[in-house]
Amino acid sequence: MQPTKAELGWMYRTMVISRRFENAIEKIYMEGKSPVFNMADGPIPGEMHLSDGQEPVAVGVCAHLKPEDIVTATHRPHHQAIAKGVDLKKMAAEIFGKASGLSGGRGGHMHLFDADVNFACSGIIAQGMGPAAGGALSRKLQGKPGVAVSFIGEGAANQGAFHETMNLAALWKLPMICVIEDNAWGISVAKSAATSVQKNHVRAASYGIPGHYISDNDPWKIYEVAGEAIERARAGEGPTLIEIETYRLAGHFMGDAEGYRPEGEKDDLFARDPIPAMRQRLLDEATFNAADLDQMESEAQSGVDEAIQFARESADPAPEDALTAVFA
Amino acid sequence: MENERKLTIARAMAEAMAQEMRLDPTVFVMGEDIAELGGVFGNTRGLLDEFGKERVRDTPISETGFIGAAVGAAQDGMRPVVELMFVDFFGVCFDAIYNLMAKNTYFSGGNFKVPMVLMTSTGGGYSDAGQHSQCLYGSFAHLPGMKVVSPSNAYDAKGLMTAALRDDNPVIYMFHKGLQGMGWLGTEAGANVHVPEESYEIEIGKAAIARQGSDVTIVSIAMGVHNALKAASVLEADGISAEVVDLRSLVPLDRETVRASVGKTGRLIVVDEDYHSYGVSGEIIATVCETGVSGLKAPPRRIAYPDVPIPFARVMEQHCLPNPDKIVAAAREMCRVAVPA
Ligand SMILES: Cc1ncc(C[n+]2csc(CCOP(=O)(O)OP(=O)(O)O)c2C)c(N)n1
Repeated sequence: MQPTKAELGWMYRTMVISRRFENAIEKIYMEGKSPVFNMADGPIPGEMHLSDGQEPVAVGVCAHLKPEDIVTATHRPHHQAIAKGVDLKKMAAEIFGKASGLSGGRGGHMHLFDADVNFACSGIIAQGMGPAAGGALSRKLQGKPGVAVSFIGEGAANQGAFHETMNLAALWKLPMICVIEDNAWGISVAKSAATSVQKNHVRAASYGIPGHYISDNDPWKIYEVAGEAIERARAGEGPTLIEIETYRLAGHFMGDAEGYRPEGEKDDLFARDPIPAMRQRLLDEATFNAADLDQMESEAQSGVDEAIQFARESADPAPEDALTAVFA
Repeated sequence: MENERKLTIARAMAEAMAQEMRLDPTVFVMGEDIAELGGVFGNTRGLLDEFGKERVRDTPISETGFIGAAVGAAQDGMRPVVELMFVDFFGVCFDAIYNLMAKNTYFSGGNFKVPMVLMTSTGGGYSDAGQHSQCLYGSFAHLPGMKVVSPSNAYDAKGLMTAALRDDNPVIYMFHKGLQGMGWLGTEAGANVHVPEESYEIEIGKAAIARQGSDVTIVSIAMGVHNALKAASVLEADGISAEVVDLRSLVPLDRETVRASVGKTGRLIVVDEDYHSYGVSGEIIATVCETGVSGLKAPPRRIAYPDVPIPFARVMEQHCLPNPDKIVAAAREMCRVAVPA
């Protein structure tokens, strides 16, 4: 299974949108936070987990998804949300805590919810797993089409919810895919210091389901393996576990000094930045020419600029709105 | 002060642990990012260097596993300290806490002891939304079998930690992020106070009078104490004398100190950053009312977090949080209006 030219164009453009979005957020996040860095200050307060470098996972998987398909995401959700088609303006506004945001400013960056494209988040590690299985179960019970994808980090594969849900999904043959983004770190703790196996895809054996590992953050390979797993799920053959080696180019969150990284690791990761790498391959294989790609990039930038401007110009929620929307 | 040694709560906690670890080889620490990083909130800094990887253990993100393991180790003669990074994460591991840690002493008729400390961060105010900003004091204090403490300053932080480490019972040690002295979470200057170098204990279950007063008693814990003290300064200018009680411990609860203070002032405000209903604020008010403290001059009031999840947006979160203004307003109303007989 190989991506078509149109799909490759979408994948590249979406990766660029995601990166440009993160670049913009990163810059604005620092406004009001210097010389003293206090998370509470600035137009975007709170924690900020950027997804720079992890874009291939989001696009390689979401290239196969339709709006009706379900995605549950993590505390690091921007790339996944963008690839799933979450409204970029409303998402930006939510990250700014504005009234025009996806949830009127109640959720913020770790709690992005867009029912139009079946996208939900949790800031609690591995807690997207259960809801993904439940969404898949619901589709099965209702006879409605759709698969569910739960994205988690490699650190989350040591959480009970991961193991319980994988067993459940396998037992009930649910149309679910668990995608592990292996960026080698859970905050400051290396995967090797936290996980009893080298690669998590081997754990699929304990649920009797297929498990795949994809190295090098390769969008083509991710597309292929995810496509097959999603096809399998759509055909009623049950869940798949996929672990993908990806790169966290930023800190765990903004403000992270990253003193735990071995020397040279960041340089090495930047040298393998998946966006320039994909651009190069698209050129080498003559899928697109430089002008095509430049245009995609500039379109991506304008989309991001528009979303950020929308967020900036939107009004704050009324303070008392905090007391509304607790119940349906 | 001469020889003043001002520490942050984070450093005071680490110092208490280090001192006990030197004395007692059964004390060890585990949690996420507590070794190499020294804890996301800085309270285990320096421990790895001094005590090494066996006794200062980074864990996988497996709270139910390592907290359950702490229970087993405690029952087997160790004195584990575990960190639950944010109290909000209790959802993934509460069985180990309230069904095992808190009940095994009782179920075993006392033939098992569970001497462990579970330290966990609380509190919001910096726009981290409702899965990373709660206090949940009441949720823990409600369930029997575990002691619960929460310091408002570095002196108490050290003494309570030492006491917790020496206690033969499980202790939940809740530290408020806004008081940790980590610059990136803001810094409440009042929390950084002189801390003696030598080891000492603050008795668990004893409240402190943080400020003497005669017209109204403001009872609180952790961050709320600082809000209460700020309010008391403002009220002083109005001619209202506020007494501030820092509970320091929720379990056991020093009901005597609360009653004595309210007996003196005749007015009670409870400041609680935890949710309004079914929590600490209700418990404190009941403590006063059910023993018929005579001469209440006004109905007791509570300034607590409304019963809604904590929103991200700054304006909404700040609207909900207790603050000195809300306390001042309540005290002014209470000191003008007497309860009709
Ligand atoms: C149950 C739970 N425990 C701990 C945390 C704190 N925490 C937030 S992100 C994180 C690391 C997650 O690592 P991983 O799953 O690999 O995702 P990554 O951050 O690398 O994307 C931790 C421990 C949490 N949010 N939830």
